[in-house]
Amino acid sequence: MRYLPHTEAEILQMLGEIGVATIDDLFDTIPAGARLNRPLNLPKPLSELELRNHLRDLSRRNAHGEDWAMFLGGGSYSHYIPSAVSYLISRGEFLTAYTPYQPEVSQGTLQAIFEYQTMMAEILGMEVANASQYDASTGTSEAVRLALSFTERRRVLVARSVHPEYREVLKTYLKNEDVSLEEIPYTSQGTIDRAVFQTLLGSDVACVLAGTPNFFGVVEDLSDVSKRIHAEGGLFITVTQDPLALGLFQSPGEMGADIAVAEGQSFGNSMSFGGPGLGVFAAKKEFVRSMPGRLIGETVDAEGKRGFVLTLATREQHIRRERATSNICTNVSLCALAATITLALWGKRGFQELAHTNFDRSEELKERLLKINGVSLPFSGTTFNEFVVRTRVKPTDLVARLVGDRTIPGIPLWRWYPELPDAMLVCVTEMNTDEQIDKLIAGLKKLL
Amino acid sequence: MNFPEDLKYSKEHEWVRVSGNIATIGISDYAQDQLGEIVFVELPDEGEEFEKDDAFGVVESVKSVNDIYAPLTGRIVEVNDPVVDSPEIVNEDPYAEGWLVKIEVSDPKELGELMSAKEYEAYIKEESE
Amino acid sequence: MTSSKGRGYQFEESLLFELSREGRTGYSFPERSGAKRTPSSNLLRKAHARLPELSEPEVIRHFTRLSQWNFSIDTNFYPLGSCTMKYNPRVNEEVARYTGFAHVHPYQPEETVQGCLQLMAELELYLAEIAGMDAVTLQPAAGAHGELTGIFLIRALLGARGNPRKKILIPDSAHGTNPATSSMANYEIVPVRTGKEGRVPTSVIEQAMTEDVAAIMITNPNTLGLFEADIRKIAEIVHAKGGLVYGDGANMNALMGKARPGDLGVDVLQYNLHKTFTTPHGGGGPGSGPVAVKKELEPYLPTPRTVLKDGIYRLESNRPQSIGRVKAFYGNFGMLVRAYTYIREMGPQGLKRATELAVLNANYVCARLKDAYHLPFESGQMHEVVFSDKKQKEKGVTTMDVAKRLMDYGFAPPTIYFPLVVFGSIMIEPTETESKETIDRFCDAMISIAKEAQDDPDLLHKAPHNTKMRRLDEAKAARELKLRFNFS
Repeated sequence: MRYLPHTEAEILQMLGEIGVATIDDLFDTIPAGARLNRPLNLPKPLSELELRNHLRDLSRRNAHGEDWAMFLGGGSYSHYIPSAVSYLISRGEFLTAYTPYQPEVSQGTLQAIFEYQTMMAEILGMEVANASQYDASTGTSEAVRLALSFTERRRVLVARSVHPEYREVLKTYLKNEDVSLEEIPYTSQGTIDRAVFQTLLGSDVACVLAGTPNFFGVVEDLSDVSKRIHAEGGLFITVTQDPLALGLFQSPGEMGADIAVAEGQSFGNSMSFGGPGLGVFAAKKEFVRSMPGRLIGETVDAEGKRGFVLTLATREQHIRRERATSNICTNVSLCALAATITLALWGKRGFQELAHTNFDRSEELKERLLKINGVSLPFSGTTFNEFVVRTRVKPTDLVARLVGDRTIPGIPLWRWYPELPDAMLVCVTEMNTDEQIDKLIAGLKKLL
Repeated sequence: MNFPEDLKYSKEHEWVRVSGNIATIGISDYAQDQLGEIVFVELPDEGEEFEKDDAFGVVESVKSVNDIYAPLTGRIVEVNDPVVDSPEIVNEDPYAEGWLVKIEVSDPKELGELMSAKEYEAYIKEESE
Repeated sequence: MTSSKGRGYQFEESLLFELSREGRTGYSFPERSGAKRTPSSNLLRKAHARLPELSEPEVIRHFTRLSQWNFSIDTNFYPLGSCTMKYNPRVNEEVARYTGFAHVHPYQPEETVQGCLQLMAELELYLAEIAGMDAVTLQPAAGAHGELTGIFLIRALLGARGNPRKKILIPDSAHGTNPATSSMANYEIVPVRTGKEGRVPTSVIEQAMTEDVAAIMITNPNTLGLFEADIRKIAEIVHAKGGLVYGDGANMNALMGKARPGDLGVDVLQYNLHKTFTTPHGGGGPGSGPVAVKKELEPYLPTPRTVLKDGIYRLESNRPQSIGRVKAFYGNFGMLVRAYTYIREMGPQGLKRATELAVLNANYVCARLKDAYHLPFESGQMHEVVFSDKKQKEKGVTTMDVAKRLMDYGFAPPTIYFPLVVFGSIMIEPTETESKETIDRFCDAMISIAKEAQDDPDLLHKAPHNTKMRRLDEAKAARELKLRFNFS
């Protein structure tokens, strides 16, 4: 077997040195009654050639954006990944390295993630960022947990326009706590209902959680929300599904966020059927000792040369154990590296330009869609990349019928928002070609 | 290891120097040695009150975080701010410059429950076995 | 064997922000066609992100140089105990990048992702079979996430039975994520002391197990590399009082095809795909932490579940007893593809052989080093072995010094100061993908260092000498927090 170097001769030598007769003797420590006495019931082994054929078959049973016209967003985005990224992250020194606990031999990972932390703090407009959480859904839950323990309060206000699956995860995480999760509805502009928010506010609210842009793609200035929660001594937490939006729109930091979470998958990581993601977690300096996750800091070595190390590890599970800020150990370092490389290639101007391009394309698609009879826009707010449309024919029917034409027009919202049975979330990025967009328009015209 | 005779010591490795009804509190030479290089100290505010054995602050090194416990009941009257900016002072001079807080003692009888330098030294020896 | 001084090129490399030059670009986008639009000014960003500006060749060179400062499995032996640093097969990488996996959106209609769903359904079956369990969820993104999911499941089941209880028993040899997880799930931790033989005595469990205890979290083999031979008795004790047994599956590399936690009384177990199943560590993730459960916990598994209905795979969310989601979408699919590919390549005999050779390698290390280093537990090592610095301490040399000196010999240090039950512990897990010569070279280095500890302790105190950086000042990093580049 190609991953197992031992020859029979070597095995015998080793057994001799150990002082046992067979390998089975080494398993004597497992009592007889505890041993498995049959082979594992698994398919027989495949050679590399057979493996690739089998996996290719499986992969061919999935539609994908290169062959199909897909307009799907909702927390997972198709953006261009520069060719250089896969070559760099495939380097064995990055791919097969361990967590950088021994800094003297991990400076590559440490410096790269220090650069990542800087970039994320810049993009979100915050003071510090950690080395990553699993994704935005768990990052959001950790942010709320931080707010609860920091303020020692019991109420959490969550905008209904925050990604429904992020809200589900939050519910799971807080189910066993004596915490009240309360929802703030959205308005006809797709923005936060300030009137209801005002009635819910109080000095017992730990935090308010809002999306920017939100799940409907709507962007709004949340500075007033920020001011109001701060006046009550609570925290303002934002979550950004596609942080490419921040190449154009106000950053959470500019709005006064205390903690800003984002889904960084858009930066150089493929969608991969929803995982792995990249949980960006940034905050104001004052929360640094309460933050979850790894942090990389700058220091010097014994010769005075600049270097980087994991720092403030006393917050983490391997030292603090039951009093750790979080149980997180493995995060998504390689995804963070892919993001860093991508943003280094896009650069300051590319980041802004790509954001503009995406905005233009979605505005243009919006206009073209509205020209179709039977399509309307339920939310009047400004959007980035994705937006909600209402269709005369039920969105699930539209999807079912367009699938035959290798087109997926959007994500029907009814399963998360039963109050929006005719609504669909349509996303367009720089990856959608003009032909694909024409195809979508033509397809919808025929059905509506 | 140094344990000044004129101080009293608690089981949680704090020392106490009493002058009138004001007690100065810090952590012992043994404590700072065990912790290693101290990187962060969190101290309470003036005016805060603590019962004996309450945790009133935190001392953090690279490899561990430890609560500091009040050896006596009282009210904080002074906090050693320089130590917050330069935590290494606690390592370098735990009994003088590295003091942490001064409290107004509520119950002088509690002093009797603390250990002398000799008792503390014996206590440490026992603990490490 | 003498220490190897680095030769060849080891470049200095500044930060991206220091290399940045205004006007340089590394991107290639099509021209913006159509009308250029601007949103309303009150929504526009005022202070733009100060991302660096570099050309593509500079970016390639930057990260190539950075990579050359890293130690990795591809470079040399990485004997970290409890991490299972085995070879990461390249076919896994290739397959995970197939367009039909990488460019698939999670919200595509089910009939357009049958390949993904089939892979997940089959992987669940394989993982259930290997652990001897009944059902699996692939949703957790890492081991700790899997632990949290598992404890949530336990709470849900016990809650449905009338009382979720308040405590969890955790051996003092446990990985730090165990108590951290229990705390996050709002359980009080009751530490259980490891006995003199390195295992948890059943008498201790008897005493600790009450009707207020929801579960015991147990790693088997434990973090000392020893099989908890009394696991079935322990499970009996816990079950008798209505509790559940949580198995931390981090050490599954010692058991594949030889024993199954599910047959030994474990009710719920998390896997670490980035350990046992070769998905790459990537410098700290992404990982994947699927959770396998016994039948009675199945109704509580996170939604959605992959089910086969009339020949079509579907994602089923209508499960009223489920604990809910623990993550958006379905799990780290990219890592699931890699683990699946590995299992399909190895087959049942390959996985068993991997376990056998992992245990052989660890026992060989033990035999070669037990004279030079103190071995707290004389026998019973499975896939990893724990030594201590007791012999070296006589000359004032510590585990830290040994670890730092190993780097001068070109090896990554093993896990140090964990588990906490052994002072100055050195935990070595060779894994099965290392050849005898590599292990011999490692043992030779360790023996040489032991001699240096006798003859020249100061050399070790100042180690490492030959790495890119000398010992780094971690206290300074914590005192003067610099967590990002400062532009001013």
